[in-house]
Amino acid sequence: MTSLSLKARAACLLGLVALLALPVLASLTGETFYISMASRILIFGIAASALNLVFGYGGLVSLGHALFLGIGAYSVAIPSFYGIGNGFVHLGICLVACAAVGAMTAAISLRTSGIGFIMITLAFAQMGYFAFMSLKQYGGDDGTPISATSRFGALDLGSSIHLYYAIVTVLLATIVGMYWLRRSSFGMVLRGARQNARRASALGFDVKRTQWLAYILSATTCGIAGMLFANLNAFASPSLMSWFISSELIVMVVLGGVGTVLGPVLGAIAFIGAEELAKAVTLHWAAYIGLAVIVVAVWARNGLVGSMASWASKPVKVQA
Amino acid sequence: MNHSPVLQTHAITKRYGGLLVTDGVSLDLRQDELHAIIGPNGAGKTTLINQLSGEAFPDSGQIHFGSADVSALPIHERSALGLVRSYQISSIFEELSVLENIALAALGASGRRLALFAPLLGDGSRVLAAHEAAGAVGLEHKLHVAAGDLAYGERRQLELGMAVAAKPKCLLLDEPMAGMSIQESEKVVDLLMRLKRSIPILLIEHDMHAVFRLADRISVLVYGKVIATGTPEEIKRNAEVRAVYLGQDS
Amino acid sequence: MTAITLIPQLLNGLQYGMLLFLLAAGLTLVLGIMSYVNLAHGSLYMVGAYCAAVVFDHTGSFLLAVAGAVAGAAMAGALIEQLIASRLYQRDHVEHVLASFGMVLLLNELARTVWGPQPLFLTVPKALGGTIDIFGIQYSAYRFAIVVLGLAVLVGSHYLIHGTRAGMLVRAGASNPRMVGALGINIKVLNGALFTFGAALAGLAGGIAAPIVSVQLGMGENILILTLVVIVVGGIGSIKGSFYGALIVGLIDTLGRSFLPLILRETMNRELANAAGPALASMLVYVVMAVILAFRPKGLFPARG
Repeated sequence: MTSLSLKARAACLLGLVALLALPVLASLTGETFYISMASRILIFGIAASALNLVFGYGGLVSLGHALFLGIGAYSVAIPSFYGIGNGFVHLGICLVACAAVGAMTAAISLRTSGIGFIMITLAFAQMGYFAFMSLKQYGGDDGTPISATSRFGALDLGSSIHLYYAIVTVLLATIVGMYWLRRSSFGMVLRGARQNARRASALGFDVKRTQWLAYILSATTCGIAGMLFANLNAFASPSLMSWFISSELIVMVVLGGVGTVLGPVLGAIAFIGAEELAKAVTLHWAAYIGLAVIVVAVWARNGLVGSMASWASKPVKVQA
Repeated sequence: MNHSPVLQTHAITKRYGGLLVTDGVSLDLRQDELHAIIGPNGAGKTTLINQLSGEAFPDSGQIHFGSADVSALPIHERSALGLVRSYQISSIFEELSVLENIALAALGASGRRLALFAPLLGDGSRVLAAHEAAGAVGLEHKLHVAAGDLAYGERRQLELGMAVAAKPKCLLLDEPMAGMSIQESEKVVDLLMRLKRSIPILLIEHDMHAVFRLADRISVLVYGKVIATGTPEEIKRNAEVRAVYLGQDS
Repeated sequence: MTAITLIPQLLNGLQYGMLLFLLAAGLTLVLGIMSYVNLAHGSLYMVGAYCAAVVFDHTGSFLLAVAGAVAGAAMAGALIEQLIASRLYQRDHVEHVLASFGMVLLLNELARTVWGPQPLFLTVPKALGGTIDIFGIQYSAYRFAIVVLGLAVLVGSHYLIHGTRAGMLVRAGASNPRMVGALGINIKVLNGALFTFGAALAGLAGGIAAPIVSVQLGMGENILILTLVVIVVGGIGSIKGSFYGALIVGLIDTLGRSFLPLILRETMNRELANAAGPALASMLVYVVMAVILAFRPKGLFPARG
């Protein structure tokens, strides 16, 4: 159980203010690059939070979530290829495609468990990767530029400011959603099933079905992140579906604190932030990031939220 | 006393490889009774209860719950019908609080669809039921403690509390007093005395003192076979049972 | 599709399968016995390939190059086991995934720093440089030698596991790791030896593959994913399973890529076949894996049944 002390609440409020004020500050100082960097970080925050639902709450290690990032991105890229820039169309395709693919892959993946589940989710992402690589008319492995970014009436995700606030909105909705899911009947059963699947079944809950529904919800949320990402880069490519990205998402969730509400977002900020910092300092940044990940894996399993919880209040169990 | 059977098995048999673990067991649990199953270690008591709860399936024979044939139903469906079990080794949600554990049990029994966002502890009647169950097993002061932090005896209490909160139509208890001290066992005996007035209970136990105090009927299981069924008096006097299990001087 | 086109592809599939088997054998043992998910196994393959290329460059001897590959990968494996993996055996699979991912990043960057971003090349040894005659078809002698080597490793490991005391310990460890420790065997040494052995096999695969693929950064990752498919299909912890899994994956992937587009062109119009062919061919292995897992979630020959 987590409880937010006064210190933690103040920190959250400060974070929220900073989030909302960032584009204003960036424009004033002329450093608009930060808007797109922050956009990228927050998009991964959304994707990592989506993963957290099945991984942190549900205990299902999905090494293939990047698949949905990719599907979301191509939900924009393919209509755009045909000149369709209507955001509602993009969103509709994204939601339907991610829900359908999520439902199908989860139905098969949930027949396995443990290492088998990890492998099969990885395999599905690979399938998607190869499938889109071979779609030569949409660029194949070179990817495809997006000319018709998503428009929702007056809201144009092609504008960096519009996009940033859209991302912030989606992120806040995701965080609030995860907060409620953690305590809801559905979420409690999911978390209980992670801790003791046998007992959850014995109590009368259909564990597999609960996990399946959670996976679909997670997939569609991740897809929305992909849609936002496509608008950010005005580009979509199969490399977004690579196992590398899926692994990075897992790192972000663990780094931030598996199964916590804010962990994945903090993890995304910390991981990408560290990456950018390392890139600015040395050519061998990948080695240092690799080392840092190893250190986290061996010594800091409770992640940032775990360490911060000790700072912010009484020692608290932060796992799902 | 109501003699209509709540739970019945008809000649159920189970083999694990070459080992015959359940040998043509036919027994029944009546509406107003506490029916105890005793037997030496290795007699197949846990396998029997697994088949009753739906975590294992007999190779032959049927199991009826009320008028329904539940032989092939998996555990979560039997649980939804009101056939609830507790475990010999406490099987709880370690990271959730006592209240959350019991509330989940109550939720499971209610058979309601899971709310995506409405909080588990937001339902007043469910929280009340959870408080009651916690009080019944003596955990009312530990509601917000994480289950993993409870002492051993308290974990057994939580185990029982979860079974009770499920508002069962019938309880299958697998050695609820395992590992408990004398005082703790006394509390559980008192609780079961109260419970059996409203819920039929099938009790597997080694604690003979408790069994003879609580049971309306006793069945003796040896090598997967029921060798005797009767009132506690009848069982005490049964020569075969004495030889196999109770010893000559009980 | 005639014998002339089919047989070489069949042999290629077998050869690819053998390579996958060498990688899978080490990985499945480590996974089955220490329950450790080593996603950095592909990097050990890469280390082996680089060591082979470097040794070959300095000595001109293929045999020494392969020996260098095995030694290099084994040393790297032993180091990784001592410093990182051994701390994580008791932990969740996720933490293994995390640590291995970090190692992949680290090892790729180290390789880049030491050997540069350009690929290295190795030539096929002259002794095996020609072709041999199989059913009237000329096939690369080197690739055929790989098939022979794979079979030798299979037979050798079968003997090791079923015919020696060490092998018995390994089998015991696969079905009950804790008991082996309780029997007084120094489990740490056993684990270290196993991990190093697996790394050596990966290095061997790298050294042997070096002449026929290009030795470059990131070469481990692609083959690693297929290796994971192999052990999941074959059954975790089972050498026999990895062998059959590797054959299946190797054959399906090779034959699929060669013939699926051709088959499609027979049954549908050319444009569609050209678009769908390569896509389906690459996906074929994963589809097969998904189907197998749907019916046999533990793989075809699981060690623990």
